Amino acid sequence: MSEKKIIDARGTFCPGPLMELIAGIKQSEVGALIEVLSSDEGSANDIPEWVAKVGHELVSNTQSDGAWRIVVRKTK
Amino acid sequence: MNSPKISVIVVSNNRESLQMAAMVASVGAVSGHQVTVFLSMNALRYFVVGQDPPAAPAAGHFGELLESRNAPSFLSLFEQAAELGEAKIHPCSMAMDLLGLKPEDLRPYVQAPLGLTRFLDDATGAQVWSF
Repeated sequence: MSEKKIIDARGTFCPGPLMELIAGIKQSEVGALIEVLSSDEGSANDIPEWVAKVGHELVSNTQSDGAWRIVVRKTK
Repeated sequence: MNSPKISVIVVSNNRESLQMAAMVASVGAVSGHQVTVFLSMNALRYFVVGQDPPAAPAAGHFGELLESRNAPSFLSLFEQAAELGEAKIHPCSMAMDLLGLKPEDLRPYVQAPLGLTRFLDDATGAQVWSF
């Protein structure tokens, strides 16, 4: 069973949500799910780019109520 | 190490430039680049521990926006570049001498002073960004 960590980065701007996600990933085990909430559209676009570049798994990227919820699985 | 290199020269004292430098360093470092930051001229005083320099001047409208909104501070981004991305952040040895600083006077994530000759040698083959 994977743990799921939720990081609420709403209200901050690029690259704040990305850096908070990375800090969360570093503290997690391989296979863990990390969900970052962001109100910054730039981060919602940039985080999936970073996930693809470094080789983690983008599980979902959805928007509701003015915030993006980006779920990432740590793969390594 | 085969990862691509980014070398960032930081000399400005204004918030817009310092913020952009910090963004390049931090995002570059956490994205698989080997990042080296060279702090010199008016930028160095913001990395001195125990001193409280005046807030970096905004420089323009965007700098004012950065101050009034909840953008991450350039200092926290440089720290994350070092701690999350293993960026190497060095002060310029000339600037250290002029300001009368010792390595222990600087923030803990700032590494040993570097001369320009060594920095330029390390920057061979790197993207070089100057702010």
